[in-house]
Amino acid sequence: MTLREVREILEAEVLACEDLLDREPRSACGSDLLSDVLAFTKENSLLLTGLTNPQVIRTAEMSDLIGVVFVRGKRPEPATVELAVMKKIPLLATKLPMYEACGRLYMRGLRGCSEVE
Amino acid sequence: MTDEKPLIEIERRITGGDFQSAGDVSSELKRILQQIGFPAAFSRRVVIAAYEAEMNVVIHAFRGIFRAWIFPRHIHIEVDDEGPGIPDLELAFQEGYSTAPPHIREMGFGAGYGLSNMKKCSDRLEIDTRVGEGTKVVMDFFLKDS
Ligand SMILES: Nc1ncnc2c1ncn2[C@@H]1O[C@H](COP(=O)(O)OP(=O)(O)OP(=O)(O)O)[C@@H](O)[C@H]1O
Ligand SMILES: [Mg+2]
Repeated sequence: MTLREVREILEAEVLACEDLLDREPRSACGSDLLSDVLAFTKENSLLLTGLTNPQVIRTAEMSDLIGVVFVRGKRPEPATVELAVMKKIPLLATKLPMYEACGRLYMRGLRGCSEVE
Repeated sequence: MTDEKPLIEIERRITGGDFQSAGDVSSELKRILQQIGFPAAFSRRVVIAAYEAEMNVVIHAFRGIFRAWIFPRHIHIEVDDEGPGIPDLELAFQEGYSTAPPHIREMGFGAGYGLSNMKKCSDRLEIDTRVGEGTKVVMDFFLKDS
């Protein structure tokens, strides 16, 4: 599944790096705990989160994540978007709450981080 | 450490409470490791551990110095801070133990996974800490043949 498909499935808006939506996450993770993300995600994963501060992008950068989706209508701070553009990390925003956003992607075949090699 | 000469040495300041710049040092380290051409999986565990150590200084200490020595097959990192120190290291290593205040937790930190993740990502981790003075974290990473 590409990020472009993720956008459709989540009826999401693109907030950064629209040119990188051909990327394909190999798994995804939903979390509001950054140290959880750092400890348990796999590289090339997609992160769904309700956090909006710039450390989300730092965490994505360090963990080699492929993109970030902000859930339940959360809007990131301008500094977060700026950093994402600089680090080439696509940002999407959906109105769906965490459970539903994750559930929709999972139903369409995007696996969890613990399920992929 | 070895007698071998490092390819690159870096030394950077970390300021406690400065969330604007938090992560800059680890980000620079990542860029350097990529430029040298280390395998992505190796760089990833080095950089994640470095970021956890950097964030611990930003979150828990007053100020610190981050030093890295990058050898062709070995990376040595020392993060030395002035801060409150860690009274009970064993407790601090327990997953879920955190003294992070609410405004830190709101940012997504303070789950109490940092130290155990640093241990998991590194090949050697040593912590020297003095209550009321500060904490020094020393980590080594060895590039193994895969
Ligand atoms: N450099 C430091 N100076 C003082 N105390 C520290 C330092 N690093 C860690 N600690 C103490 O050890 C505890 C555990 O650290 P750890 O990194 O595992 O979790 P955390 O930083 O609280 O949360 P997380 O890393 O999951 O965001 C901290 O809550 C803090 O009390
Ligand atoms: Mg920590």
